[in-house]
Amino acid sequence: MTRPRTREKEEYIKLATSFHPPRPILRNALLAFLVGGAICTVAQVILGVLSTKLPRVQAQAMTSSIMVFLGALLTGLGVYDEIGRFAGMGAALPITGFANSVVSPAMEFKREGFVLGVSARMFQVAGPVIVYGSLSALIVTILRVYVFG
Amino acid sequence: MTLLYAFLVGGTLCALAQIVLDLTKTNPAFVMVSAVSLGAVLSGLGLYGPLVEFAGAGATTPLLGFGHSLVTGMMEDVVRLGWFGLFTGGLRATASGLMAAIVFGYLMAVLFNPKG
Repeated sequence: MTRPRTREKEEYIKLATSFHPPRPILRNALLAFLVGGAICTVAQVILGVLSTKLPRVQAQAMTSSIMVFLGALLTGLGVYDEIGRFAGMGAALPITGFANSVVSPAMEFKREGFVLGVSARMFQVAGPVIVYGSLSALIVTILRVYVFG
Repeated sequence: MTLLYAFLVGGTLCALAQIVLDLTKTNPAFVMVSAVSLGAVLSGLGLYGPLVEFAGAGATTPLLGFGHSLVTGMMEDVVRLGWFGLFTGGLRATASGLMAAIVFGYLMAVLFNPKG
């Protein structure tokens, strides 16, 4: 009784999936690679210039801040979301994408005011990133220093 | 030469994140959060430091580098201040990036309006 139905169901699923467009995983990965790589190359150029004048750690920190500025500016100009549309994680994973995740919802919810609109929405994604990043780092550091140290 | 390594390593990390996003059908925010935590773990295992040496901004620009900075800062402060360094090191090491995100993020959100 249940057997033929199961087979029919399987056949239906098989038929239905044959009509789905193939998920362009390879294409998406390639676009993410190219755009993400390009953003990191820009950062490396800035880091190279700053490294001639500043100590290493400071040069790295300043490079990240400049990239955050660029990401925020391009988001404001409406350019970064266009890049993100085809580059996916290639635009989201670099720190410019972190800046994008701050500006984009803040701008969007400006009409809800400057406290619960702009400033609260700035941390819609940045908040979770900071929370889980800090907690992960805390656990990792405790393990590294006090358990395996 | 570091320019090429930055491109290849940064690009590879982004491509891997994209593949995870496509295969798991989660959302970009989830992948970003996971990347920071993964960066912290790789840093603790002593793997991310050498990657930064090798690829420079190619390793520090993706969000995994944020996790690495948090762990590096905490470890430094634990050496300097003892256990209380766990509460000071992470945000000290990442302060400039976070401050930049707050200042420039606020500024751009106030100055510009969404397109469309």
